[in-house]
Amino acid sequence: MPEQLDLGPHLDGNALAGPLREIFAVDVTAATSRCAACGQAGALAGLHVYASAPGMVARCPSCEEVVLRMVRTPDAAWLDLRGAVALRIPM
Amino acid sequence: MARAAVPGRLSWRVGRLAEARQETPTARTLVLDVPGWPGHLPGQHVDVRLTAEDGYSAQRSYSLAAPAEGGRVELTVQSVPEGEVSAYLTGVYSTGDPVELRGPVGGWFVWRPAGTQPVLLVAGGSGIVPLMAMIRSRRAAGSRVPFRLIYSVRTPGDVYYADELRRRARDDAGLDVTFVYTRAVPEGWPHPPRRIGVTVVNTNGWPPALTPDCYVCGPTGFVETVADILVALGHDPRRVRTERFGPTGG
Amino acid sequence: MGIVTPGFRGRPRPSGPELPPGQYLTEDFPVLSAGPTPRVPMDRWEFVITTETSREHRWSWTDLMALPSDTPTVDIHCVTKWSKLGTTWQGVSLDTLMSDVDTAADYALVHSYGGYTTNLPLSDLLDGRAWVAYRFDGDDLHPEHGGPARLLVPHLYFWKSAKWVRGIQLRFDDEPGFWESAGYHDYGDPWREQRYQGD
Repeated sequence: MPEQLDLGPHLDGNALAGPLREIFAVDVTAATSRCAACGQAGALAGLHVYASAPGMVARCPSCEEVVLRMVRTPDAAWLDLRGAVALRIPM
Repeated sequence: MARAAVPGRLSWRVGRLAEARQETPTARTLVLDVPGWPGHLPGQHVDVRLTAEDGYSAQRSYSLAAPAEGGRVELTVQSVPEGEVSAYLTGVYSTGDPVELRGPVGGWFVWRPAGTQPVLLVAGGSGIVPLMAMIRSRRAAGSRVPFRLIYSVRTPGDVYYADELRRRARDDAGLDVTFVYTRAVPEGWPHPPRRIGVTVVNTNGWPPALTPDCYVCGPTGFVETVADILVALGHDPRRVRTERFGPTGG
Repeated sequence: MGIVTPGFRGRPRPSGPELPPGQYLTEDFPVLSAGPTPRVPMDRWEFVITTETSREHRWSWTDLMALPSDTPTVDIHCVTKWSKLGTTWQGVSLDTLMSDVDTAADYALVHSYGGYTTNLPLSDLLDGRAWVAYRFDGDDLHPEHGGPARLLVPHLYFWKSAKWVRGIQLRFDDEPGFWESAGYHDYGDPWREQRYQGD
């Protein structure tokens, strides 16, 4: 894409810890994920998280593609992980 | 509809204000009693939820400022302009009042007292809070891992935990503390106000060869700058852990 | 609902008969972002309508500026619950852009620079209800609000008014966009409070 990106204000993947602990029994932010777009691997805690939005959007710090999205409705949590090839969760 | 708590998943707990301390004119430490608190690691945070009588609710994340003492946990909250949650917590919230907490959360930006690597902590403004938890935990655990803290603030009046940091820098063996003042310096300070840069990090941090664990916390721009400096100096990016205090604060 | 925190009221939330259910009034213009703000060089900016038969209709920035524009004053309603009344815009009506487009499609999938998408029925883009807007409140549209140009469909929740719009794909099926595929409503009528799937 020809455009430049202004990264703007974002948080770290650490900010996902609370919302994800509502779903998972373990902390997933320390898990390693691989970006489906560029192959970069790293802790979910290192993703760029955009939270001033209708949901939380976590992007790859290398290519800025979406790795994870989460929307919390009054009666459900929607979690989209299609931007992550796999999660390696330390047990 | 009420749902049963699922073991392992976090649900909201109720905490009540036990005591409060003013750290600066705009920052207040809250000591909360949270029955059943499971303990936490330094660097972890909690989500705090406030609910108004009409059902409106607002939620923010705050770092834990100290190791847990039983069911007692400490947060330090910075009041931010037009921040509906921080204004309440720093101004209105009174002893005995309940708030809801979800935590502890976060398993990445944490220091484990069993760690053996030297540690570099770099704080920008209110970013000191989780790093102070690490300093306090180090002492509480009797760890002798060497710690260096670089703490950037606008003016001397903006320093959180000022007396305690002075005392610990003197008494906690193996803890070095460096202040960087960006707007106004104390009397007799050897430098004019300056921003954190390569020289400060290089002089007051650890050489990359020692493979220190680096923790950087503060506003987004500050964290970006310091993380870039550390990597440029040769630190392994995987050892540079960051926590940005973003625009959703308040 | 959680337990009530004594003395907590939250930010002022004026309501009024002119607001959809569950919304409160705001005077400022909150910036919501799901990612980095794309900066598109004007000489490379283009807007493309693609029909269901893959026929493309393109406009450069110069082309867009040469089209007749409207200056609608409209109320906007964000699904995060703020509403802003009487906002003034300048932009080109989708009726103008669609006038030479031959289509039998029922749905539109809107694409943005930066990768964002949103879906809505094609009919909601017509009859003077939608614009490609490039000025807000008398100034060029700021990048954080979707400049150089954004879609403006004020009768639906504001996530349908895609920032940094680059094109519209006309389709027979209603393909869910960025938020619609993660729990948000496919239509999003604020007056019927269609925030989430199933509302």
